[in-house]
Amino acid sequence: MFPSRLRARMTTGRCALVTAVVGPMSDLDPEPTKKTPLHGLHMSLGAKMVPFAGYDMPVQYPAGILAEHIHTRAHAGLFDVSHMGQIRLSGPRAAQDLQTLVPGDITGLAIGDMRYTLFTGNDGGILDDLMVTKVDDGLLLVVNAACKHADFAHLKKSLPSTSAVEMLDDRALLALQGPEALTVLAKLAPEVSGLTFMKAAEIEVAGIACFVSRSGYTGEDGFEISMAADRARELATLLLDASEVEPIGLGARDSLRLEAGLCLYGHDIDGTTTPVEAALSWAIGKRRRIGGGFPGSDVILAQLRNGAPRKRVGVQAEGRAPARDHTEIRAPGGEPIGEITSGGFGPTVGGPVAMGYVTSRFTEVGTPVELVVRGKARPANIVKLPYTPHRYVKTI
Amino acid sequence: MAELRFTEEHEWIRIDGNEGTIGISDYAQEQLGDIVYVELPAVGASLFQGDEAAVVESVKAASEIYAPVAGEVTAVNDELNGDPGIVNQDSMGAGWFIKMKVENTSQLSELMTEQTYKDMVEGLK
Repeated sequence: MFPSRLRARMTTGRCALVTAVVGPMSDLDPEPTKKTPLHGLHMSLGAKMVPFAGYDMPVQYPAGILAEHIHTRAHAGLFDVSHMGQIRLSGPRAAQDLQTLVPGDITGLAIGDMRYTLFTGNDGGILDDLMVTKVDDGLLLVVNAACKHADFAHLKKSLPSTSAVEMLDDRALLALQGPEALTVLAKLAPEVSGLTFMKAAEIEVAGIACFVSRSGYTGEDGFEISMAADRARELATLLLDASEVEPIGLGARDSLRLEAGLCLYGHDIDGTTTPVEAALSWAIGKRRRIGGGFPGSDVILAQLRNGAPRKRVGVQAEGRAPARDHTEIRAPGGEPIGEITSGGFGPTVGGPVAMGYVTSRFTEVGTPVELVVRGKARPANIVKLPYTPHRYVKTI
Repeated sequence: MAELRFTEEHEWIRIDGNEGTIGISDYAQEQLGDIVYVELPAVGASLFQGDEAAVVESVKAASEIYAPVAGEVTAVNDELNGDPGIVNQDSMGAGWFIKMKVENTSQLSELMTEQTYKDMVEGLK
């Protein structure tokens, strides 16, 4: 069964063998060296660790991916996302300057506003996706772990010296996600109930200075909490003490975000996909659509006007066999029309879930397609994303 | 008396006369994690030793199950269609995959005894 046979078959995939033996994640490095401030806590909780983007990270705890996923949607889950890059831009023109690199409306942000945006390349491709929050003296950015050094170099190279770029290596990042996240966090810091989705503030949590945003990567209500690395274990332990909270690994993080229809960089979006193709046009600011002025804006704005040749959509198999990344998508009859970019089993859906790119003629919800799994074409349909409705708290 | 053998790839086969029952080891199910789908062959299919007999999918990965010996598939465990988690709960018993009419029981001698397999798994830990 494995590992030797699987290795032979899976040489085309970057990570399949390790996937089978240890868990579902990719972006593996051969020699993981770095540890987050919570590494010792993960070990003491019995986590199964895997290399991910240069860090030794928990893919699952003893409860397992299914139970962790279900728990997060029902109660609250705690995720260590300290491997992600936290970058501060400071200076009076930080927003104007960052806006030359992203299609989001950054100058329109008020203090405490958070926005999802993208670094784009000159050809319109996506270099990374990120969260930007406006603060007193500039902007705080959260970028993907695997891209953080490239993003930092990109900012350093592209921004004028009046906007200082600083990698906050001494910060940790926790995500508390799920319908009971608010109850748990508000016991330690009542002010968090004043935040709505995509708002952030400096808030002291149990005596620890934190930067808290109401945001996440699961589709659930929840918070992301940045704090000094040396206070992270203390706060994580306090949160885990709450009966509602269980630790959640990268495995369930992936299945949660997939059901929520959220993109994973390097899979659903990368340098070859534009924001319009990725169905992320909503992240292009209204004013930016007229003015342009970000890398690749000519390509991207032309696609906004005229349509893109392909688009990211949900693709749901009719049967039980999950279609994994790189599964071929065909029109009924056999014409190749695209590829799955994220696919697997959705624990909340209770069956296969996937998304991928199809040529524009096939993007309409309800269009029948075929997924080629193990050489066999299997019926599937284009479906609306997300699979599980978002439960963001947008008003109080 | 039924005889139990293992492959290096973590399949087991229990032989009774010329009928073999095939599944995956407890170590394998534990390493795979939550099993969410099992694809089984058609009853009547003829398999050579080493042919793909089934596919087992955990939350994120697919793995192939190979026929430990040659033979004809005489039964598949339909229970796994409705509840593939049986493999996690009882991989050596109710979580069996297929039954085969074994062509040549001498192929069994190429497989590991339970003790040899246990020693091998110990070495993997």
